[in-house]
Amino acid sequence: MNTIAFTILILSSLGVSLAVILYFVALKFKVYEDPRIDHVCEALPGANCGGCGFAGCRAFAESFVKSADVSALYCPVGGSETMNKAAEILGKTAAAREATIAVLRCSGACELRPRTNSFDGAPSCAVMSATYAGETGCGFGCLGKGDCAVSCTFGAIAMNPATGLPEINEELCTACGACVKACPKAIIELRKKGPKNRRIYVACANRDKGGIARKACSVACTACTKCKKVCPFEEITIENNLAYIDGSKCRLCRKCVPECPTSAIAELNFPPKKITEKIVAGEQAQKN
Amino acid sequence: MIKTFKRGGVHPDDCKLSADAAIVPVAPEGTVQIFLAQHIGAPAVPVVAKGDKVKAGQLVAKAAGFVSANIHSSVSGTVTMIDKVADHLGVRRDAIVVKVEGDEWLESIDRSPDTLTEIRLSPEEIVRKIAEAGIVGLGGAAFPSHVKLSPPPGKTAECLVVNAAECEPYLTSDYRVMTEHAEELLVGVRILMKALKIRRAYIGIETNKPKAIERLRSLLAAESEGITVVPLKKKYPQGGEKQLIQAITGREVPSGALPVDAGVVVHNVGTALAVYEAVQKNKPLMENVVTVTGKHLSAQKNLLVRVGTPVSRLIEIAGGLPESTGKIILGGPMMGKAISNIDAPTQKSTSAILLMHESESRRGQPSACIRCARCVTACPMSLEPYLLKRLAERSMFDELESNAAHDCIECGCCIYSCPANLPLLDYIRLGKAEVLKRKRSRAAK
Repeated sequence: MNTIAFTILILSSLGVSLAVILYFVALKFKVYEDPRIDHVCEALPGANCGGCGFAGCRAFAESFVKSADVSALYCPVGGSETMNKAAEILGKTAAAREATIAVLRCSGACELRPRTNSFDGAPSCAVMSATYAGETGCGFGCLGKGDCAVSCTFGAIAMNPATGLPEINEELCTACGACVKACPKAIIELRKKGPKNRRIYVACANRDKGGIARKACSVACTACTKCKKVCPFEEITIENNLAYIDGSKCRLCRKCVPECPTSAIAELNFPPKKITEKIVAGEQAQKN
Repeated sequence: MIKTFKRGGVHPDDCKLSADAAIVPVAPEGTVQIFLAQHIGAPAVPVVAKGDKVKAGQLVAKAAGFVSANIHSSVSGTVTMIDKVADHLGVRRDAIVVKVEGDEWLESIDRSPDTLTEIRLSPEEIVRKIAEAGIVGLGGAAFPSHVKLSPPPGKTAECLVVNAAECEPYLTSDYRVMTEHAEELLVGVRILMKALKIRRAYIGIETNKPKAIERLRSLLAAESEGITVVPLKKKYPQGGEKQLIQAITGREVPSGALPVDAGVVVHNVGTALAVYEAVQKNKPLMENVVTVTGKHLSAQKNLLVRVGTPVSRLIEIAGGLPESTGKIILGGPMMGKAISNIDAPTQKSTSAILLMHESESRRGQPSACIRCARCVTACPMSLEPYLLKRLAERSMFDELESNAAHDCIECGCCIYSCPANLPLLDYIRLGKAEVLKRKRSRAAK
């Protein structure tokens, strides 16, 4: 009986005295942290992807609370909605940015871009790019080893074994930009999401002269300038043997798409073209 | 005792199949593509235009700065194009394309077979002449030779080391030069000594080339003039600059420093011959000896090739491309690069074209690292390749730098000795490039 009583007594007195010590230690070493950091952090997506340029969401929140000018801070994953929410907590105004999404500027699938050799080294685009031009005649296109898919924390990129190209899942892509940094060929671009996710872009990055590019890949941009001529808004530029459509200026009229002789201009999420009498008549005229 | 470097190294089978094939000149034919950047440093600037007639040996592109090299036409004919041309790695680079018409050399080039032993020029004139002739190191790195002959102020070279180790398996171009052009080569060594104003030179040769050692020693028997032939143990990478210096002089080149910091200047034996030809015969660097070899190739060749000749033509001369070829390598099997474009032209520093049979050209299936540390034992630079690979894979560049990734000489000993077939060097090369980039940008600040 005595043993039990002593045990309870000793343990409880030990507990009380340690609690008292801890109380004073906590008072002495108290670190003040702005409670708003927690609030902002809660508003953020919490993916810790690093797309904002900070180590994680907490670091971003800290910077967001502490800096007076927040116009340069933006969470691409959460988008404007999250940013407004976070700004509301602090009574600041968040930078407004258009929603973007990653697009692959290469459409050289296996059957369109014949292989000329096979790479035997480490299965990494970075290694391959440091070693030589690539497995095909095109030294600018996708290398197909999937560094972008590895870099994507959201599982939005998967390599398609049939085409040898990565496929970007529009639902999952948060435009964090990790793939853009991971791609040694710099062919992934963050472009304006566009109304109803509709986008038009040149899906090629080949800066070789037309003939050489065409020989390496049947869907290469040859810089023939046809798209530039047909563009009513003069938003297509051709530099270094490569056409480029400015995503922020393109008005999605789609005139350039059928004009491209190599089908290098990609259009996404447009409804199929209505077969009007005019088009049918045009096709018949072509046949004749 | 036979000298060698202290740490690491591997012993691949030397496979010198073409050792007995005498050097055969290849007559120019068709077109040649001459790159504007065949050296470390700034690419040369063209001084000819499309449609110009050029003679063999004529300057076609001028060095752009001190660390750069002149480029000369290797053939006579018409310039048909100055444009981007795919190199052996498929990368398009600026080149001058010349259509071959006859074989007319510049009159100033002395084409007589006599060996001119008397060195008339002063050291400064020699260096100028070497720079004019566009000579680059023929050991592989293609560093402009005149830069090495002009030590930075405050540093002096005490001895010259001539790299004749030829430690890469299969390669025999240096060996053939030593057996066939020994007299000229020794004059070249003496010219280099005069240019550097030094009295001592060592020619390091691996002991698997006894005929070359004997030949050079017999020539030096009467009058050595400070030149010593040093037999070296057959061990790869005996011909690595830092390894060679350590083996012969016992000195260590500090990390990040140049050989001249250890009082040594290293030149390749092929470079010594090119120097002789430039200084005594007025001939710029426009042709070099290329070994064409492979176990399944019908003929083993050592060819004297004009710069810019397509690789495919040289393979044709050696009996054509066998069906069973799995890989074509420009250079030796350890440090050479597998090529993706067979029509690519040779360059000044091309030493060999090596054809590997299908059965030996594929890498083994990689498995997990078993921490056997064979790569650590094999590394001649005392690095830890397994660690560097892991750091490079994870892009940990600060750690890579503190583990001296920039000291890697990319000799391939680690990957050669790895029982798990890990692509060690692939990743280390990647990490090294990034570390060097960071170091350079820091130095610029």
